[in-house]
Amino acid sequence: MTEATSARASAHVVTGARTRHGRSYWLGIVWRIFVYLFTLILGLMFMLPFFWAVSSAFKPIADLYVFPPLWFPRKWQPQNFVRVWQLVPFAQWTWNSVKIAALSVVGEVVSAAAVAYGFSRYRFKGRNVLFVVLLSTMMIPIYVTIIPRFLLFREFGWLDTHLPLIVPSFFGGGAFNIFLLRQFFMTIPQDFDEAAYVDGASSWTIFSRIILPLSKPAISTVAIFSFLGSWQSFLGPLIYLNTKTKYTLPIGLTWFNVEPVASGEPREHLLMAASVMVTLPAIALFFAAQRYFISGIVMSGLKG
Amino acid sequence: MTAVAQPRRRRLFRTQLRENVLGYLWISPWLIGFLVFTLGPMIASFAYSFTSYRIIKAATWIGVRNYVYALTQDDLFWSSLGRTFYYVAISVPLGLLGSLLLAMLLNQRVRGEAIFRTLFYLPSLTPTAAAAIIWILLLHYRLGLVNHILSLAGIQGPPWLGSQRWAIPSIILIALWSGMGGGRMIIFLAGLQGVPVEFYEAAEIDGAGWWHKFRSITVPMISPTIFFNLVLGIISALQVFETAFITTQGGPGRASWFFGLHIFSHAFEYFDMGYACTLSWLMFVIVLGFTLIQMRMSDRWVFYAGSV
Repeated sequence: MTEATSARASAHVVTGARTRHGRSYWLGIVWRIFVYLFTLILGLMFMLPFFWAVSSAFKPIADLYVFPPLWFPRKWQPQNFVRVWQLVPFAQWTWNSVKIAALSVVGEVVSAAAVAYGFSRYRFKGRNVLFVVLLSTMMIPIYVTIIPRFLLFREFGWLDTHLPLIVPSFFGGGAFNIFLLRQFFMTIPQDFDEAAYVDGASSWTIFSRIILPLSKPAISTVAIFSFLGSWQSFLGPLIYLNTKTKYTLPIGLTWFNVEPVASGEPREHLLMAASVMVTLPAIALFFAAQRYFISGIVMSGLKG
Repeated sequence: MTAVAQPRRRRLFRTQLRENVLGYLWISPWLIGFLVFTLGPMIASFAYSFTSYRIIKAATWIGVRNYVYALTQDDLFWSSLGRTFYYVAISVPLGLLGSLLLAMLLNQRVRGEAIFRTLFYLPSLTPTAAAAIIWILLLHYRLGLVNHILSLAGIQGPPWLGSQRWAIPSIILIALWSGMGGGRMIIFLAGLQGVPVEFYEAAEIDGAGWWHKFRSITVPMISPTIFFNLVLGIISALQVFETAFITTQGGPGRASWFFGLHIFSHAFEYFDMGYACTLSWLMFVIVLGFTLIQMRMSDRWVFYAGSV
């Protein structure tokens, strides 16, 4: 069934339109216009907070205290964005977030791929049991592990460092990622493996020379979602980091929201500017890699 | 995606020993991580839940005192649990329904479907902290856009995050905004597109109306997806923390004091680790209970088409 027939069929199903210009035809047109408008309005409603944040980010603070609220700044003040960088260690926070996210991505991709390779290519004893265990870890509430993990990292002396946020990524890289990659690996015929083995390839060679190159889409997806997960992670950095300069962006943003600024001036406009800047990388990533998002989500979700 | 069927072969090189050794070798990162960062901590927190441990001194065993305290004397225990259930009961069904409706809307093949899909999806990309801060401004009693728009319709908006009655609904609103058009919607969309058109056509020949088609074809065909999202949605919603932490800190006056906040405050504000572990295990039991109940009930309504 092709996309085109499916499209026509769904329209057909919804509108019940016939192909003669009877009353049903015009009803169908009205319906389609209605649906289009409705979707448009919904889309705009979802965008409204973004619009408001961006608009407020460019306002001088006085404009934010105008009642009734202004939709657009009376005077555009892009200096707000610069002011954020001056007022708080935004550069440091950004670097922290980027560094942690980049390292986490590497860790998660590499270890998830390796583990998925093991689960998909080798029939070891206890494999199915362990796989079920792996899946069920996705259902464990974070609270039940995070307290001892805190104590553990305290023993290691890793508190107030970025290590607790990076190191665990290298050990399995998240159940979800392993699941996704395993499903994908399983679609690669094992004949490739065996042909290579006959030619004297080792397990590692098969992994690196055959499986990985063929899995670029799935790996890209894992990398993207791993980055996003790390970029916006909150509880971990909140617990482990004490020094302001070590904060990641979400934590820094929260701190910026509650800590009074030296001069005591209201700073909603700066907060909006900061929020916009924190969100931009995620949105940029989406636009750069859209198809990986959609296909990745679909790949993971449909199996549910 | 289904696995490629592998015939059972006993070749010379696929010895069980090799499979075992290599298999475990490859999954060892996860195995180690699981033991050190998941199972170990779970056992540890279970053990700690029976102690009084405030970090500065060593842990002292006190038996079930923590549990008794939680269930009978901690006045915030039941109330925070109740608030969390309230949050779950509203946000999960609304979120699921919303995602499904958005997916159905996108499935109508309106022009520019990709653009609308993007518009719906973008909010889910906002880091929770940024979304919370933006919404604090949006929901401001006087300066916020929401009350301004309401006033255009002649409605006096409440103080939202500053109101005892509207604090949790505000948090639900924020969660819905960021969650409805996200991955869940995409998954539903894919599920909807996977329903064979022939089913609808056959139903139409028999004269089925749109509601009947929806109820008898669409819903059963995507019920596994609904179930999957329902289970994970409930588990996630029970742990609600971040938005409340940033926007209300559990207030005003404990109005949005969720169970997650309760655990967090005992663990990382009072450093009462023993009791915090007790609370976390109680939550774990609740999560397990919810999940098992749902799995039991799923036999009645989840339909696996073409399952072997």
